[in-house]
Amino acid sequence: MTDLRDSSTTSTSSGAAPSDSQWPLWEVFVQPPKGEAHEHAGSLHAVSAEMALQNARDVYARRGEAVSIWVVPSESITASTPEDMGPFFDPGNDKPYRHPQFYKTPRGVRV
Amino acid sequence: MTAPAFFQYLLRLGDDRLVLGHRVSEWCGHGPILEEDIALANISLDLIGEATLLLKLAGQTEKKGRSEDALAYFRDGIDFRNALIVELPKGDFGFTIVRQYLFSVYSLLQMEGLTRSSNADLAGIASKAVKESRYHVRHCAEWVITLGDGTGESHARVQDALNDMWRYTGELFMADDVDREVAASGLGVDPSTLSDRWNAEVSRVLDEATLAIPKTGYMQRGGREGKHTEHLGHMLSEMQIVARSHPGASW
Repeated sequence: MTDLRDSSTTSTSSGAAPSDSQWPLWEVFVQPPKGEAHEHAGSLHAVSAEMALQNARDVYARRGEAVSIWVVPSESITASTPEDMGPFFDPGNDKPYRHPQFYKTPRGVRV
Repeated sequence: MTAPAFFQYLLRLGDDRLVLGHRVSEWCGHGPILEEDIALANISLDLIGEATLLLKLAGQTEKKGRSEDALAYFRDGIDFRNALIVELPKGDFGFTIVRQYLFSVYSLLQMEGLTRSSNADLAGIASKAVKESRYHVRHCAEWVITLGDGTGESHARVQDALNDMWRYTGELFMADDVDREVAASGLGVDPSTLSDRWNAEVSRVLDEATLAIPKTGYMQRGGREGKHTEHLGHMLSEMQIVARSHPGASW
């Protein structure tokens, strides 16, 4: 089964067909009850944004873990690759002065 | 107000949800896609949870020491008071979704009214059920529209389902002495007062789904008096066998 509604009424993200026989993939972010930032919870399949939201509720928030849900078409996410690891992340490791802990706290300042 | 009328009324509320909850549970592991399988299991658990609370209150009202489990597992079909529409076999996914939509709109209107019941326990159960029913309506309406306004095959399947079950919808709104008695005393809701709002909401969604509303002709009835279709007995034999084979067992 693929998209059940005609293209004018669906809000499925456009672009390439899903790579398997499933519906398009969505990434789910849920906000925990204590007001922290949304966190990635997982992914699921849905043919529309509304269905993705409902499925996210049923799959990731049915035991009261969330106060808010975001769903994003997976193909809208641009991700770094494993090859990017060196150039992206290594330069930060040898420059301790980029961390606030590098500096001594002046006397009289409470931490 | 007599206790027997309120007991009967609670049985109707509880049995509608117990029987439909069991029917929906038959989808577990058979849903069209994993996500919808989970959604149906959630709906089923909501309905069975509501039934548990309603039948517990029924047992307390009856004052014969019957627990919710005794009422669910040790009554025969003739003693069930659910409307016929909820005992019909689950059919295909289209049938299940259309029935769930029609019932959930009814349940939402009914439970909204019951939040003002003069019985505090019933009002509390209703406040919980309103939230659940509202979600069921949202989920199922989306599916009715998706399938109705979908492919030729999906449209035909849900239209057939609607045509087949329409004659079972009238019973939900038929009021008898039990309904009138509990409504007059402020304990319950007269179901005949819900039909206009139900028709308005259902027509709106069926229109959007490009589905034709069947002509209203003869309406089946009998469930509220224990006269059921052949399907209920088969369902109960499966639903009750474990409890009856091992009476008193706990797990």
